Amino acid sequence: MPRTLLDKLWDAHVVADLGDGWSLLHVDRHLLHDLSGTAGLEALAARGLRVRNPELAFATADHAVSSAPGRTGESYAPGAPLWAGLRARAAEAGLHYFELGQVGQGIVHVMGPELGITLPGVSLICGDSHTCTHGGLGALAFGVGSSELTHALATQTLRQRKPKSLRVRFEGTMGRGIAPKDLILHLIGRLGADAGTGHAIEYAGSAIRALGIAGRMTICNLSIELGAKIGFVAPDDTTFAYVAGRRFAPKGADFERAVAHWRTLASDPDAVFDREVTVDVAEVTPTVTWGTSPEHAIAIDAAIPDPRAAPDAERREAWRAALDYMGLEPGRPLAGTPVDWVFIGSCTNSRIEDLREAAALARGRHVAPGVTAWVVPGSERVKRDAEAEGLDRVFREAGFAWREPGCSLCVAANGERVPPGARAVSTSNRNFVGRQGPGARTHLASPAMAVAAAVTGAITDVRRI
Amino acid sequence: MQPFTAVTGPAAPFLEPNVNTDVVIRIERLTGVPRDDLGRYAFEALRRNPEGGQGGDPAFVLDTPRFRGAPILIAGRNFGCGSSREGAVWALMGLGLRAVVAESFGDIFFNNCFQNGLLPVVLPKEAIDRLAAEATSGAPLTVDLVAREVRAPSGAVVPFAIDPQRRQALLEGLDEIGATLTREAEIAQWQARDRAARPWIWATA
Repeated sequence: MPRTLLDKLWDAHVVADLGDGWSLLHVDRHLLHDLSGTAGLEALAARGLRVRNPELAFATADHAVSSAPGRTGESYAPGAPLWAGLRARAAEAGLHYFELGQVGQGIVHVMGPELGITLPGVSLICGDSHTCTHGGLGALAFGVGSSELTHALATQTLRQRKPKSLRVRFEGTMGRGIAPKDLILHLIGRLGADAGTGHAIEYAGSAIRALGIAGRMTICNLSIELGAKIGFVAPDDTTFAYVAGRRFAPKGADFERAVAHWRTLASDPDAVFDREVTVDVAEVTPTVTWGTSPEHAIAIDAAIPDPRAAPDAERREAWRAALDYMGLEPGRPLAGTPVDWVFIGSCTNSRIEDLREAAALARGRHVAPGVTAWVVPGSERVKRDAEAEGLDRVFREAGFAWREPGCSLCVAANGERVPPGARAVSTSNRNFVGRQGPGARTHLASPAMAVAAAVTGAITDVRRI
Repeated sequence: MQPFTAVTGPAAPFLEPNVNTDVVIRIERLTGVPRDDLGRYAFEALRRNPEGGQGGDPAFVLDTPRFRGAPILIAGRNFGCGSSREGAVWALMGLGLRAVVAESFGDIFFNNCFQNGLLPVVLPKEAIDRLAAEATSGAPLTVDLVAREVRAPSGAVVPFAIDPQRRQALLEGLDEIGATLTREAEIAQWQARDRAARPWIWATA
């Protein structure tokens, strides 16, 4: 019987069939960060249990650490015990741990792939909903809450029900100025924020094949904003070339053996999916969110939606509330709306590829008066590579702040906030009410669109500059 | 985990779609507030006076006299989408909630509910709208996990489906970690086989 990639990834990790569609799944890789990881390790210790397989667990602080230049683990005082706790617990349990300032520190979803911790075909979890990012390498990766996290630490397994399968094909060639972020925001705008609920999404099609790993990770990263906790791309030669030589990746004969296995990780040609969607990539324009859900995404040249045109009463109310929070008027163009802040960073768009794209546009331009613009590299590795290429200089000369790696303004868990009422264009993943700080107004966009906003001082179509 | 059999009481209608876990509980509250106090900060982004209770926000349903401390929430579709923070469940339970009825839930939040004894009930939109209309008066509803049904003040009975293993675990207040630890031999055996089949997974020195 033909199998989907989900079938193959799932079946390969079943330790026991628990009945009624439930499986005891093996966890090959566990990433821990300072918020949920520290709490999980403490909960485990409180129960008198130990980490079953510390060699499969990798920890670093990203959420509650300052991104200010010269920061230490104590710069943001409320985060200090979390950072210190993670370090102490990791040492005690014998986990891999990456300290601030060391290569390996960074947003867990950036550091995992870049160190070769994330590999095709692994099952990978983290107490973080954007764990789906790792699917860009063909991993079965998903976020969990505190209880499941503790369960995985204690048993190296999780009790899971297999989700349904949804295949999204992005077909065709991206136009000038279009980024992977635009593809996925476009899709969420079209299908809605709950379209993927209960599903694992396989991204396929010619446009996905043409993308590098960073772009695939950007797309997989937003699976959760489509409602799916799992999203992935079948690994291919692009993936194997990316993985080769990374610190924790297999070497020599082991690598060859692994690649032979990884080549089997694709949906069979006649596999049947529970649902299929196709997107003609040529139709995608730069896409920006206007409201407070990622499904509030529209083309840059579209008008701000009118609640009176909403498809049902609930959405009419939700659109009204969103417009009110965002301080926007229906019917007017979104382009031209003045912005106060620009954030380039987060597990969605803080990789070296993102920063290169942003720097190419920032070079020779300058951040508009009154705009605060930050670049927060995703990891220490990204930061060092960017500095070696001179990207930090490009950003600084253009008036951007160049900061230390972490989650920073994406989630505002480290005291860094967009002020109340201020409008931000952000390369992150959530435009929720209060996400970037109480009262902050977030517009999600690609790195290029973020630079366009920074240098013009308004939401701007990058194709016009 | 707190076992769940049935709960009876007012059901607060809150039908906004896509209510995310960031809105349920701000991330900064998870670093500074003990788990048992999170209820005070639930939905603070939507409440003018987050610490609620006294005074409260008349515009926010859970702060109205009728629904303050209600054990049931009737929510909009895709409730609990977004972040994996289990603190969202703790905050809801801190408000006194034991069951949330909605058309759909965020996947991770849905899992987290079952880990803590908060019952998420999935019902079709028509049923949600009907129950919400009846609940508006503040008359008590019953969510009964044993009988797998919601009983409305009018006497209407709405059956719901629930995964049998999840139902059993909730009824018993099952400790999943304890249950899985009894399978240690199977896990060890699987890992031994995997070390031979995929040695690269295990070479992490």
